[in-house]
Amino acid sequence: MKDNPFSLWVYLSQSPLLWLTVTLLVYATTDAVSLATRRHPLCNPVLHAVWIIGAFLLLTGTSYTTYFAGAQFVHFLLGPATVALAVPLYENRKRVVASIVPMLVALIVGSVAAVVSVVLLAELAGLPRDVVLSLAPKSVTAGVAMGIAESLHADPSLAAVAVILTGIMGAIIVTPLMNRTGITDYRARGFAAGLAAHGIGTARAFQVDEIAGVFSGIAMSLNALVTSFLVPVAVTLLVR
Amino acid sequence: MLASLGLILLCQLIGEAVARGLGLPLPGPVLGLLLLLILLMTRDRFTLLARGPLRNDGVETASKGLLAHLSLLFVPAGVGVVQKLDLHASHGIAITLVLALSVVVTLLATVLTFRLVSRLLRQQDAR
Repeated sequence: MKDNPFSLWVYLSQSPLLWLTVTLLVYATTDAVSLATRRHPLCNPVLHAVWIIGAFLLLTGTSYTTYFAGAQFVHFLLGPATVALAVPLYENRKRVVASIVPMLVALIVGSVAAVVSVVLLAELAGLPRDVVLSLAPKSVTAGVAMGIAESLHADPSLAAVAVILTGIMGAIIVTPLMNRTGITDYRARGFAAGLAAHGIGTARAFQVDEIAGVFSGIAMSLNALVTSFLVPVAVTLLVR
Repeated sequence: MLASLGLILLCQLIGEAVARGLGLPLPGPVLGLLLLLILLMTRDRFTLLARGPLRNDGVETASKGLLAHLSLLFVPAGVGVVQKLDLHASHGIAITLVLALSVVVTLLATVLTFRLVSRLLRQQDAR
């Protein structure tokens, strides 16, 4: 160790332990700040953890592959957490069943709005065809969006970027936007958050209200299904 | 606790296997969610099922623990976006603007439809 002061760093920076620790500690800090500001939308813990860790990787010249070797343990829990959404859904099932009609209509209208608005706006902005196709599935979880992009011969990695950007922006915008519309129905607010901004919107919804979180989780799951059917149709109709 | 986590993983595993096996356009974990929901509801009907993690709020507590820090789970994927930003820098601003506008449109369309339909239903019930 004494002959080369960097050897300790070289060892640590290659081990999953360092990047797992960094991920947890940075998130614990940004989450504490978010709590201290009473969950202010601009103090979104995901947004701030992401750029702080990103800057840290850039400064230390660490590749994403090396980082992910540690962070994958956290990433892996996304699947089990989706399954775990069954529990709040089960506990609130009576309210969910009572809202089934507004949910299904809002699901169809919302899914169509998500896909059509992004395709039309992207064409209006003059973005190239393969970019438009990669943005189309941006409101569903990354795994599903990448699958859709692949089936359209678009760029799955750009699709994943669009998904995450949409999620973070949606989670930031949703509370101030909903307050402005004057809608206090947390079923509707949560459903919109999950439909437009998938899991990151659902995480935000659970911070605001449990009912909002439940409806957000349902919207996220159903939208994954509807969007996979809708995008190929919308693309043939709308993309030149 | 351990059995409860095992049950959650088992639901996901079955979900993934069915989604892959049948080529369904649905993520495996969403099928796992449905499976766990069905399990919880059948447990209420048949007390025979109420054992192990399905007893004394076992799987309920474990699930709430997982969901308490749902935001954290998106950090690794989010960091991947930061790393890829330069790759798409040529269209970066246009893409961000398009996505921001679209998410506002989507949120409003969804929330307004939901409110409109539930108000119409309530009026119908009142009559």
